[in-house]
This record gives sequence, structure tokens and C-alpha cells, in this order.
Amino acid sequence: MQYKSQAVAKLYFIAAIGLFAAQILFGLVMGLQYVVGDFLFPAIPFNVARMVHTNALIVWLLMGFMGAAYYLIPEEAETELFSPKLAIAMFWIFLVAAALTVLGYLLVPYAGLAKMTGNDLWPTMGREFLEQPLPTKLGIVVVALAFLFNLTMTVLKGRKTSISLVLLLGLWGLAIFFLFSFYNPDNVVKDKFYWWWVVHLWVEGVWELILGAILAFVLIKVTGVDREVIEKWLYVIVTLTLISGILGTGHHYYWIGTPESWQLIGSIFSALEPIPFFGMTLFAFNMVNRRRREHPNKAAVLWALGTGVMAFLGAGVWGFLHTLSPVNYYTHGTQITAAHGHMAFYGAYVMAVLTIISYAMPLMRGRAANSNKAQVVEMWAFWLMTVSIVFITLFLTAAGILQVWLQRVSDAPVPFMVAQEQISLFYWMREWAGVVFLIGLIIYIWSFFIPGEEKAKA
Amino acid sequence: MSGTFTTSMARNIFFGGTIFFLLVFLALTFQNEQIIPQRDQRAQLAANPAIAEGKKIWENNQCIGCHTLLGEGAYFAPELGNVYKRRGPDFIKAWIKSQPTGTPGRRQMPQFNLTDKQLDELVAFFKYVSEINTSNWPPNIEG
Repeated sequence: MQYKSQAVAKLYFIAAIGLFAAQILFGLVMGLQYVVGDFLFPAIPFNVARMVHTNALIVWLLMGFMGAAYYLIPEEAETELFSPKLAIAMFWIFLVAAALTVLGYLLVPYAGLAKMTGNDLWPTMGREFLEQPLPTKLGIVVVALAFLFNLTMTVLKGRKTSISLVLLLGLWGLAIFFLFSFYNPDNVVKDKFYWWWVVHLWVEGVWELILGAILAFVLIKVTGVDREVIEKWLYVIVTLTLISGILGTGHHYYWIGTPESWQLIGSIFSALEPIPFFGMTLFAFNMVNRRRREHPNKAAVLWALGTGVMAFLGAGVWGFLHTLSPVNYYTHGTQITAAHGHMAFYGAYVMAVLTIISYAMPLMRGRAANSNKAQVVEMWAFWLMTVSIVFITLFLTAAGILQVWLQRVSDAPVPFMVAQEQISLFYWMREWAGVVFLIGLIIYIWSFFIPGEEKAKA
Repeated sequence: MSGTFTTSMARNIFFGGTIFFLLVFLALTFQNEQIIPQRDQRAQLAANPAIAEGKKIWENNQCIGCHTLLGEGAYFAPELGNVYKRRGPDFIKAWIKSQPTGTPGRRQMPQFNLTDKQLDELVAFFKYVSEINTSNWPPNIEG
């Protein structure tokens, strides 16, 4: 760690890992509810567990991105953070808002929460992933603006690198597209159309800029390859991302009342979306192969390579699987979507955040890398979590194929719940894979408490 | 990457490409807004205020947390974009009123304590959604 103010990232990373654990626990609850329908009912109905699962994911990834930005921007800009105090204050505001929101989900019926928080004044709630009450949404905007102000001021007073530029563009995009969460017309077609401007343009647009910047930063540090080379790769990847991803939004506009021309546009451009992810795979492996130093932090290198591979598989391959409109006609809104969602979020964003945490945490704790034992444990966690997400995805894919067949393709289509009962075997297997994931996560958290150090701070 | 391809060239292609495709996307959005009035049943919305009330009930009870609507949402419970056509208004109201079933081991839907007026509004919302032109999706009535 070269600048004292980088240390604010530690708070964000710790909170991110805590919320990660909450996300997985509620995921297991939901997974069990898929097969034991009345599990924890009525205390935690499925929709509540799902809100906690998805919202915790979003918030911890945002915490991870913020931590990553607070860590890497001062180092890239070669100057202290504009205001460490503002960063710390925003952390606590964000954490408290997130905690209150989750408590609200768990303790108050959703309709009551909507009433208490003034949803009638400006209805924004009750839409997938944007379930947060109005005060929470406003809080997110305030935190995001203060965060961006802090970072932009830091870059303006220091060195301006391509990594900083791409990261800031991604983060500004994130904040700007979130504003569409406040637009909720009565017209369902318009509601859905602009809802995707938050959801798609985040995860298949600006978030990929953040991902690319984090990966590029870590690769420079652990491989010692020239910045010039890495930054060129970064630009090529993010160019391909936005060229394919912006019009790729069209793959969400096939069946929601929008014009049929989107079927062609969406199919063509979203079929190109795997290319930038494949670029990331090549990028990560190429840079590590051309490394000019042996960084003592082997675990961080593993996470970086893993991100390259899993982002391509989850976002690229599993996305392509159901993105062409004639295929999507049958798979839209089935477990195929869930399969893709799980591996894409893990492979692209979870792993990217864990990469920067793996790299930066030891430095913030005063050592170049963790002890060999701690790294071995962390790598065990890597493999357990990664292999189990692959199996979760495979089981959900199998469930999805059967669901599509039973409910939509066969000569005698059966009702939704009849199909669900017939595929419950795969939901059981998914749940067990989820238990292995939890074991991996527990081992991951344990790895932080293994003492000893390899080398003194560089 | 060869020496002739410089970082500043890469940056220029990034900005140029992004701005170009962003503008194309905005143009397509504009075109989209011209076409959807023929598909989105907006006349119904204007004529019947119950539909907008029904959408609020749909949102305030977070129905999307279990169900899909036009294929979007959670995959725990049936598609409701076409539920009006699949089940009809009376069945929908009776179903919502009778929840939860309490059948052991079966997925449970909470009791939302909706009034008769609210149930009618929710049904009006489902009727409206079922008449949106979705290019023949879902493939059959089962959703």
C-alpha cells in the first residue's frame, strides 16, 4: 500500500464479505423452498428471501467496487484520496441504510414497508432488483454522488491513467443509469423497457468497465507487464463490450410488447457479447504468461485467472445459450435464465471483487502477501466455490431444459407447478451444490484469520 | 499487439465506438416509442384507472418476487402475464383469497388481505397485461 488513504477500502471489503455471507445463507433458504415449499413459511416467504439474496448481492458488489476504487485510484493517481473522511462517512451511511433495508424486508410485510416509506408519493418499489424503499434509493444516489465526487477530485489532482479513466466512466455510468429506477410509468411496456436501462446497462455495460479496470490494475501489479500493453488490452476489451452490449439490450425486448425489430438487433449484437469476455480470458492468461516477476501473492493471480475463465463461461457462453430470439422464445423466464444469472454474476463480478480483495487485503494488513498456509486455504475456497457454482449452473440448466420441454414444447404441455414437481431432483442437487458453496465461503472467511506473513511490506 | 497500434488509438476507438452505438441506441429508442402505442394497450390505461391501481397492488405486494410477468421476475411461481386468459377473473380472485393452502411441503403463497375492490383492480391489471402484443409469447397458455 503506497498511500495511507487507500486503507478506507478495508472497511468496504469487510462489509462486502459479510453481505456475501448473508446472500449465500438466504440463497440456501430459497433453494430449499424450491423443494420443501413451506420451509420457514410464513416467517420468511420466498419473495422475501429472494429480495435479501439479490439485494445483498447487489449491495456487496457495489461495496466491493467502491472498495476497489478507493484502493486503486490513489495508487493510479499517485496521490492521497481527496477526502478519506468523506469515504468513511459514506461507508457507514451505506452500511446502515443497507442493514435497515434488509431488516425492513425481514420484519415488515412488504406492503407495510411501502406505506411506511412513502412509496405512494413516488412509486418505485416492487420491481425486480429495484425493491428498495424510496429513502434507500435516494440514499444510494447520495452515497454514489459523494463517492464519485471524491474519486473524481482525486484523479483531477493526480496522474490520469487509462485504468482510472475506464473505472470512473464505469462508475459514473452506474450512477447515471441507476436514475432510471425512479422512472416507473403505469404503462407496463414502458416500465419494463426502461427498467432494463438500469439492469442490462449495468451488468452487460458499465459494470464490465469496472471489472476490466479492476482486472487490469491487479494484472499490472502481479505480473509486472508494461502498463502500455495492459491499457491497450483494456481499451480493446471495453470497446468490444460497449459495441456489443449497448445494442445487445435488444435481447430483453423480444417479448415485452416492444417492436419485433428488436429480435434481429438483439440477436445479432448480443451474440457478439461473448467476444469481450473471451478477450478477458486471453488477457488474463497472456499477461500472466508474460509476467516479469513472481508475485508472492499466488492466490490473487489465481482469482484473476479464474475471473477471466468464469466470466467468459457464465456471461459469455451461458448468455449466448439463450440469447437468440428463436431460442429465447422457449427459454425466456425459465430456470435457464437462473442458470446463466448464477454463473455470470459469480464469474464476472463476484470473482473480480474477490480478486482485488485477495490482492489488496494483505497489503492493507502490512504484508506483500499472506502466509503460504493462508494462501493454500484461500485457494481451496476458490476451488470449492468455483466448482460448486459450475454444478449449480449445470443442475439449473438441466432443470431449465426439462421445464421448457414439459411446459412449452411437448405435445401435452403441463402446468407450471406440475413441471416443477417433475424436476425437483435437479433442485435437490442444486441445493447440495449450494451447501458446498457455503463450505467454500466459510473456508474463505477462515483464510483471513490464519496468521503469519511471508514477506515484509514492499 | 504491434507497435503501430498505440494506446491513444485504442482510446479513440473506444470513445468513437461507444458514442456511435449509444446514438444508434437512442435512435432505436425513439423509434421504439413511435411503434409501441400500437402494441401496449395504452388506450385501456387511459380509459380505466383501475389498471394503474392494480399495478400498484402488484408492486406493493412484491408479486414479482415469486412470479414472472411477461417472463420477467422470479421463477418460483407461475407466469402471470397471461393468467387472465389461463384462469379467468373469478378463479384469480378466489385463488388469492384462499391463500395460503397450507398443503404440507407445497410452495406457499402468503395471504395479502386484499379488499374486493383491490382484487378487481388487480384483475383489471392482469387483463390489460394479457392483451399487450408480446409477439405470441408465451408459446402456449401454460406460460
